[in-house]
Parts: sequence; C-alpha cells; structure tokens
Amino acid sequence: MVELALPKNSRPTAGKTWPKPQGATNFREFRIYRWNPDDDANPRIDTYYVDMDDCGPMVLDAILYIKNKVDPTLTFRRSCREGICGSCAMNIDGTNTLACTMDLKDIKGTVKIYPLPHMPVVKDLVPDLTRFYAQHASIEPWLQTDTPQPEAEWKQSPEDRFKLDGLYECILCACCSTSCPSYWWNGDRYLGPAALLQAYRWLIDSRDEATGARLDNLEDPFRLYRCHTIMNCAKACPKGLNPAKAIAEIKNMMVSRQS
Amino acid sequence: MAEAKTRPVSPEARRPLSPHLQIYRPMLTMMMSILHRITGVALYAGTLLLAWWLVAAATDARAFDTATGVLTSFLGRIVLFGFTWSLFHHLMGGIRHFIWDTGRGMDHPEREYLAQATWIGGVALTIIVWVVAYTLR
Repeated sequence: MVELALPKNSRPTAGKTWPKPQGATNFREFRIYRWNPDDDANPRIDTYYVDMDDCGPMVLDAILYIKNKVDPTLTFRRSCREGICGSCAMNIDGTNTLACTMDLKDIKGTVKIYPLPHMPVVKDLVPDLTRFYAQHASIEPWLQTDTPQPEAEWKQSPEDRFKLDGLYECILCACCSTSCPSYWWNGDRYLGPAALLQAYRWLIDSRDEATGARLDNLEDPFRLYRCHTIMNCAKACPKGLNPAKAIAEIKNMMVSRQS
Repeated sequence: MAEAKTRPVSPEARRPLSPHLQIYRPMLTMMMSILHRITGVALYAGTLLLAWWLVAAATDARAFDTATGVLTSFLGRIVLFGFTWSLFHHLMGGIRHFIWDTGRGMDHPEREYLAQATWIGGVALTIIVWVVAYTLR
C-alpha cells in the first residue's frame, strides 16, 4: 500500500545535541537517527560533532569515532570495513550505501544518516532484514539439476561463466531493495531488486536445470512485475551492479519462452 | 501509546518504520517515474474534457459553443496546455520504458540521458504544438 507519511510512532522528533570534541578545531556535524526499543519514545535525530583531525576518511570511521568517544549507545552493524560483507548498509546523505566505502569528502555539509528506508527498526541504524532474507530464500539460490551428478565438477565454458559477471558479486546488503519505492509500497508481495538479481543469476547459469520452474515461481503480477524501472536500485548499489537490468532480462525470458 | 500500557505489545510490533520518501534524495529517473504516474492520471481528466467537447459537438450548436467557450477561455487554455504537456510527457515516458523493456539504455549514463530526453522532449513538443496552433489560427 502506498502510504506517503510515516505512522505516528515512527515520526522522528528533534533529539539531543552532543558536545563538540574538546580542543578540536576541524570538526564536522553529523545528524543521526536514533531509536531505542527500551523507552517509549518516538525516534529522534541526534546531532554529533566529529574531530576530523582524529578520524579516518570514511563515514564508518566517523560513526565509530562517535561510538568510541562520544556516545557508546549508538547502535549499528559493521564488520569487514571494506565493502564485502554488506553489514554497514544505511541511508547516508539521502542515498543507500555502505558506510565503509562512502568517502566523507563526497558529502557536502552536515552528514545525515538514517537506517535503510521503509524497514522496521530494531535499534538506531539497525533494520530488521528478516523478510529481505526470506525473499532471497524464496528464489532458491542454489544449483538445481536433474542429470546425475558428474564424477568431477559441473563444467561451464568461459563464455557461460562470463554471464554471471555483474550478478555473483551481490553481497546482499539490501541497499537496492530498500531504495525502491515499489518495494516500499509492496515489499510484502514484490520480491525486490536484490532477490530478483539473484534469481536472474541462477536463471542464466548454464549448469542450472530448473529454469522453467524458476520462471514459474516469478510469473506473478507482484513478485516480478512490480518493478517499474524507477532505477533507484541501480543507482544505490555500492558494488556497481544493475538489478533493474537483471529484472528486465527476466521479463524478456518470460516473453521469449512463450513464443 | 495508551494501548501499550493496557496490554503487552511485542517488541517487533512496536518497531518504528524507518523514514523513506521523506529522506531519500530525489533522483532524476525516480522523478520521471513519479511524473509518468501523475501525467497518466491527468490524461484521464484531459480525455474526459475531450469527450465532453465531442459529445457537445454531436449534440447541438449551443452545447458546442458552450464547450468551445469554456475550453478556449484563458483558464481553459491553461488546462489544455497542461493536457498537451501531460500527453507528450507520458508519450516520451512510454518510449523510454519501451527502450528499457528491451534491456537497452539501462546503464550509467544512458539511463540519465533517457530520463533527460523524457522531460526535455515533453516540454519541447508541447511548445511546438502551441506555437504551431497559434501561428495557424
């Protein structure tokens, strides 16, 4: 359902302004979304100041600075700090991206940080991704075959292997799906760009033999066809992949199998 | 949250929804998608006006004069100008979607060029039609 406004309990209120780091001359302002499940209040936007002479170049460095030196209660996910785990996906400066690969130099003025959009918030910048993972599971992301297992590996020509480039690199950070207005309004029925890019990754795998069943599973007005090529997914992907294009290819497979 | 005090609510149910449209930076392709919807709705209204004008033409001279009078009034012309733009913008959007449906022009920067061509083409065609209409009058 299209609901443009946030529910009453979700509207952010003005938050606390934390003190500026002492003795710092080169600081930067951060406005960060906070919500604590342990108190009964609405989310709030807190203001922090980071000493840029004492902080690394990335957004993740800045929020780690805040957590370590200003406010240890600030909650977020992070792990690899090099754009391969997808944990620190969040909305930074109005677009979804990874905090660890987002250069602070590329942001003008105050840095605004929110959790991934239109998701239930567990705490602060941590969204509940349960449904997102269930959608990935629903496309059955593994090799499916009918022919007997070969004695060695399932072979694939280099040409067929190249078809997986631009698809296998997906790290399931959810930046694309949560940037998509169709996913915002119909995320309960529309699979979203991430799951569909993964679906296409198995559809065009030369070794996979379940193509027909996979297409049957997607042939649905919502699961696949809620994509209206808004393109936010392709612009958000921190790995430079193009889910919109993968979805267009699936739609083409649907048409060509009928003829 | 009066309800929360009377019966226990699970932590999951209390979770707020994170901000979306309110905080997402407007993207050109996203704006074109929204405009495509809005102009699509406007076309319903415009088509009703057109139907009314045709029905009036089929009725009698008085009804036709009334309809033409309303549509060619200053306000009527503004509405017709909007209708023309909606039609051309939606048409350009349709062509863009047609190209994308073939799987072409979806990468950067082609998708930006197509989005720009959508709104520039819509505005240009509207102006051309009105300039021609006023010239021929």
